[in-house]
Formats: sequence, C-alpha cells, structure tokens
Amino acid sequence: MSTFRSTIKHLTRYRSATVGLVIIGAMVVVAIYALILWSPGEAISLWRGDGGIWHETPRIAWPRWINLLPGVNRPETIIMDSREAGTTKSVSPLGEGLSTVEILLPFDFEYDDFPKEITLFFAVEYDKLAPSVSLIWLTPDGREISLGSRAAGPPYRISLDTALMRRLGGEAAERALFQDPAGELLRGRYALRVEGWLFEEGADLDARLVVYGQVHGLAGTDHLRRDIMVALIWGTPIALVFGLLAAVGATASTLVIAAIGVWFGKWVDGVFRWLTQVNIILPILPILIMIGYLYSRSIWVMLGMVIALNVFSASFFVFRSMFLPLKESPYIEAARAYGAGNWRIIFRYMLPKVAPVLLPLFVIQIPGFVFLEATLAVLGLGDPLLPTWGKVLSDAWANGAVYMGHYYWTVLPALVLMLLGLGFALVGFTLDRIVNPRLREV
Amino acid sequence: MARIAEGHSGEKSGSTLGRVGRYMLVRALTLGISVVIAVYITILIANMGGHVDQIKIGMIDEGIAAWVAADEELLALPRAEREEVIAKTREIRIAALGLDIPFPIRSVRYLTDAMSLDLGHSTTLMSDKGSRFVREILLERLPHTLLLFGTTSLLMFFVALFGALFLSRRYGSKLDQAVIALAPTSAAPAWFYGIFLILIFAAVLRLLPFGGFVAAPPPPTMWEYALSVLRHMVLPVSAMVIGGIFVSIYNWRTFFLIHSSEDYVEMAKAKGLSSGAIERQHILRPTLPPIITSFALMLIGMWMGAIVLETIFGWPGLGSLLWRAMRLFETAVVVGAVVIYAYLLVVTLFLLDIVYAVVDPRVKVGAEGRTS
Repeated sequence: MSTFRSTIKHLTRYRSATVGLVIIGAMVVVAIYALILWSPGEAISLWRGDGGIWHETPRIAWPRWINLLPGVNRPETIIMDSREAGTTKSVSPLGEGLSTVEILLPFDFEYDDFPKEITLFFAVEYDKLAPSVSLIWLTPDGREISLGSRAAGPPYRISLDTALMRRLGGEAAERALFQDPAGELLRGRYALRVEGWLFEEGADLDARLVVYGQVHGLAGTDHLRRDIMVALIWGTPIALVFGLLAAVGATASTLVIAAIGVWFGKWVDGVFRWLTQVNIILPILPILIMIGYLYSRSIWVMLGMVIALNVFSASFFVFRSMFLPLKESPYIEAARAYGAGNWRIIFRYMLPKVAPVLLPLFVIQIPGFVFLEATLAVLGLGDPLLPTWGKVLSDAWANGAVYMGHYYWTVLPALVLMLLGLGFALVGFTLDRIVNPRLREV
Repeated sequence: MARIAEGHSGEKSGSTLGRVGRYMLVRALTLGISVVIAVYITILIANMGGHVDQIKIGMIDEGIAAWVAADEELLALPRAEREEVIAKTREIRIAALGLDIPFPIRSVRYLTDAMSLDLGHSTTLMSDKGSRFVREILLERLPHTLLLFGTTSLLMFFVALFGALFLSRRYGSKLDQAVIALAPTSAAPAWFYGIFLILIFAAVLRLLPFGGFVAAPPPPTMWEYALSVLRHMVLPVSAMVIGGIFVSIYNWRTFFLIHSSEDYVEMAKAKGLSSGAIERQHILRPTLPPIITSFALMLIGMWMGAIVLETIFGWPGLGSLLWRAMRLFETAVVVGAVVIYAYLLVVTLFLLDIVYAVVDPRVKVGAEGRTS
C-alpha cells in the first residue's frame, strides 16, 4: 500500500500524469455511476429498446447543447398529452352510450427550424367499437387544416401519411403544417384539435401529440431513436473492464510463461521462444474476425480469445531478458539453499521482483485493447447485446453519419475513446520514465 | 528489446555470404513453419463448427449441378433413377475428397488446399472480372492492398527515421517535447484517425474524396488515372502514418540518444569527425537493427489496422473484401482472407529479415552473442 501511495505521489509530480490520473479517475466514477444507474440487464434492455422506451425520442437528433451556438435554435421535442396540464378535454354525452370528446392540445413553437416528425398516440378504452376521431390543425395565423378522420387505435404517424402529404401540396407534414401560406417557417402558438366520438358506455379517449425535435439529450440519438448517452455511460465500465482484464490476462500470462521458461531453461525455454516467434506472426485480428463471424460475438468470448492469442506475445522477450539476470542473483540462490521448490521460486521470488517494473508496460497496453473492442465493433462484430462505444461508432458508420453531416454521432464516442486512451497513455508514459531512469535522463 | 529475428545461432566458420545465406535459410524455415501453423490454426478454428467441410460439400454440389445440367444422357433418365445416380456420384465424390475420414487426417488435406488458396467458389461474391473462384477474388484485391500498405510502410520508415535523427540532434527542444507529448496518440488505431480525416477533409472541407480507389468514372488517360488514385490514397495513408509515426519517432529517438552517449561516439568526436559522419557511422549503424525490429512489430500492427482502414475508406483491398465476405456469409472467402493475411505478415517479416541481415554486423561476422 505504501509503495502504491508513493508511486501515486511520484506520479503527481508530473503534470501530464496528473491529467492522466484525473481522466482515469473520472472514467472510473462514470463507470461506477453507470453500474448504480442501470444493472447490466437494464442497460441491455434499454439499449434494445424493450417496451418502446424510445418511442418519443426523435430519430438521429443532435445533442441539445448545439442550441448554445450562436444563431442555432433547433426545435426540441414537444409532447402534449390530454391527461396532463396545459391541455383541455371535454366530454359531452349524447345519450344511448354515445358521447363526443373534444381535446385541444396547444403548444408554442418558437424555433428556427422545422420539427423532425409528428405522431399522435391514442390511449383508448372500449369494448367492441373503437372511438373515431377527426383531427384539425390550428396554426398561429388562424388557419384550420383538416388532417382527416380515423379510428383511434394505433399511433397516427402524421409525417408518414402520404395521402395527407398529397393534400398538403406534396410537402411532408412536419414542414407543411409549420409554414405560412408563402412557405416560410411560422412561429407562434399551434394547436391540434381532436374531435372524437365514443360509441359505448364507459369508453374513453385520450391523445398524446409528439412533435419530434431535432435535438435530444446531451449526446443526441441514433437511427433507432436511442439516446446515445446510454451507450456512452454504459460503455465506460465495459471499456474499462475489457481493457483491464485483457491487459491483466495478457501481461500476467506472458510473465508467468517467461519466468517458467527462464527458470527451467533448456528445451522449455526453447519451446516457449519458438512458440512466441510463431505467435507473433499469427494474423490475430483476422483470426478474431473469423471467430466472431463463425461462432460468437460475445464480448467475453472475444476477451478470452484476445488473452489466449496474447499469451505468447512479443513482450515475452522483454520479460525474458529481465528474468535472465535475476535467475543468477544471490537471493534466488539463498532461496534454493533453504530448499524452495521450483514453483515457489518462480511465483514467490522471481515474479514479484519484476512486476513493478512492468507497470508502465501494462498501463500503456490497456487502451490498445479497448480500441481492439472498438475495431471489432466497427467491423460489425461487436457484442450483440451490450451498448459499447465501438457499437455506437459502428452504427454511425453503417448509417453514413459522416456523409450526412451527423457529426456528433461519430465524434462523441470517438472522443470518449480518445480520452480513455489519452488518460492511460499519459500515466503509462510517465510511469515508464519513473521506472526506467535511463529514459528520464535522455 | 524484443528481437524477432532470432533464429540464428553462433557460427564459427564459413564466408560472409555463407553465413548470411545460412541465416536467411533458418529464418525462411522458421517463417515457413510459422505460416503453416497459422493456416492450420485457421483451419482448425474454422472447422470446429464444420465450416470447412461445408465449403468442400458446397464445391461438390456445385460440380454436380454443372455436370447434371450438361449431361444429356443423364437428363434423359427417369427422375427417380436420375436422382439415384446423382446421390451415388455425390457420395463417391465426398469419399474422394476424404470427408468421411477422421478430421486429423482430413485436416492435413485441408491445410494444403488452404495453403494454395484452393477454396472453391463463392456463392454470390464476384471478382471485378466476374470470376467466382475464391483464389481469383482474393488475388485481384491483393495489388490494391499492397499499393496502400507498401506506400505507407516506406513513407513511415523514412519519415520516422529522419524525424528521430532530427529530434535526437535537437533533444530537449520545443519540437522534441511536442513529439514526446504526441507519442500516446499511437494507442488509437489508424482507422480511428481515418474517421476524423474523412470528417475534416472530405465532409467539412470537401477537399478530398470520402473513399474508394479511383474517381468514378475512371479518368481515361494513364496520367490522370494515377493522379486520381493518388488523391484517393492521401487520406488512408495519412491515417496510417498518424497512427504510428509519433511513437516510432519517440522510440527511435531514444535509441539514437542512448547510442550517441556511447564512449566510441565521444571518441569519434574527439578525433574531429564531422557530425554527419558520426551520425552515419557511429550512431545510425548500431541503432538500425533494433529499429528494424521495432519497425517489424509496428508493421504487424499496421497489417491488422489496415483491415478496418480499408473498410472505412472503401479501399478495394483484402480488408474491405473480408468485411464484405462476412456480410454476405462467404465463409470460403473469409477463411481465404485469413490465410492470405498470414502469408502477407510472413513475407513482410522475411523482407525485413533480409534488411536485418544486411545491417546487423553480427549476422555477417557470425559473432553472435546469445540474446539476453
């Protein structure tokens, strides 16, 4: 513990390492927050969109902070529900179970751009005959546009109604309904009037109008209306755990192999060296791709394979050259003199001696593995369930985000990846300078 | 330093040429065995779920379909009889390919097939010339990959080498510190920078193409064609260079600095040699072997990065082929691509071994101390 604290103290003397530690610390906090916020099961179901969680978020919307830029005032999502305040609903019975409902859903629209979509959701209660509604759109300049009549049931996707589009002069509803007759965007108080007929005793009708905006949340949304923030937050623990476990697995296994090779020497060392030389030239990524393609895309299978393919990695030679002089050192001889067995010497005497020196190497390796996960995700081999940074990047790429100008979609996950890489690299490189004084001199 | 080129043991006698030849032979053998192992592992993994068997059976079925369509005598037979003949022929062919013998023996046959890229036909994927032979599809893409990768490697090597030399002379300067500060950027793979480059230079500034190999339609004259290819190469090559250059300069600069504080360098300075001569004779010469080793390790990483880079840039090479083959469930092409990447890695390392043999005096003289 004291060595740990002294190392940290040592590190904070370097400004770059302090920055790195702050970044890593922040990431760990976010990771813990993510785990508290949503259990893995919840995160998966959230990302899968179970139960229509994302019905009311816009598709491919920029983050809300884009509106902070001067001259940018993109619409936010407006939701008006007849069960909530700010709306009016009146039911007047006509007798024989028949009644009419009039719902008014007014809202202010003061933005510089058109909304993305308009959808009307219904909440109905009836036994046999569904209520019927006719819809009237009220514009700020006093015009009344009829949106036609229909049975209240499944959501009415006003923007997708091609018949309506034809009636509105060939322009999409979310544009046509927000224009003045000259075709200019019109600001002011709009309203949707829903006139409904209930045909049964005890039937009820409520309406929920969603005018989808062009901005959402802190990180925007993707093509499936999902809030990208979910993946950014929940991707943090995944990235950290994947990177750490892969680095621990790869480094520790290679270290043990190198120690065993050096201690037993002779043919053991020869075989290990030869295996390493073969392993270095194995096309690791293509093999991982093949495994992902043929068998499993689970992040844990990939993790296992990454570790397995890195047991005989190039750092074997580095570790070996550290162990070789150690083998002849007096304290090992002393251990042998009092009768320590081979494995005791390897695990209790040789490994602990070099472990601290390897810390920088280990830290520098971590971002590489995190990026490996992202690489696999970009190739479409990301974990099928978990929301990861790589998968957001992959979705953005597959949907042409860069071509279409949805830059936030690519930049935000790339930024967090870069931040993580930067944090570990800054700490790792400084550790390297502390541990290897020769580098400090030059 | 991790030395990959390690296979040679101390030789006592023989001419310089003989020693270099023997060294190259040992390396060629080691690498040859390695490539066989790599392909064998590929086959083993692929056939864990019987996927290679599927490829073979697909090849047989295709052959039978062609034969049935062409054989008029067979078509004249009644339906039941015809099907019996077909089923029997299929069985015979399966037996001929050895699909009924145990896997360990069968796998050796698969190994030789995979080594020669004899993987039959693809189902939907076609080469640009319209061939459906897996081998032809793969080999058609190879030159594109080699062009991109070769250009990048050469550029990277010389830029990093001269950059490192330059910085080692100006050790401690602002520029030196800037490069050291940028060294951690190499943690991100090349495709990552590719996305940013596309975003900046293609999407926002509209200066360079988003991707692809050549403008569509291809320019008529040779000269314009080459120019167009060059324009398409700028971004992917830059992405790969950015992905690797800073850490290489940083590492190599350290090699130079370590060697420039050796006693014999001081001696040369005392003798009054020019700084250029000192650099060439006393600093560059002894540092080249570790530099080449480190370059080899970097190239291995770059090969892997190139797969995704090609996909991102739509560069019609092996990487984007691998990606397309996955989308189309072309297992034979996927396996073939893995095999060809194994070859490419080995050939790259062998080429570097030749350079290593030329620059490392220990290979020529044979006074090889054991690595430790």
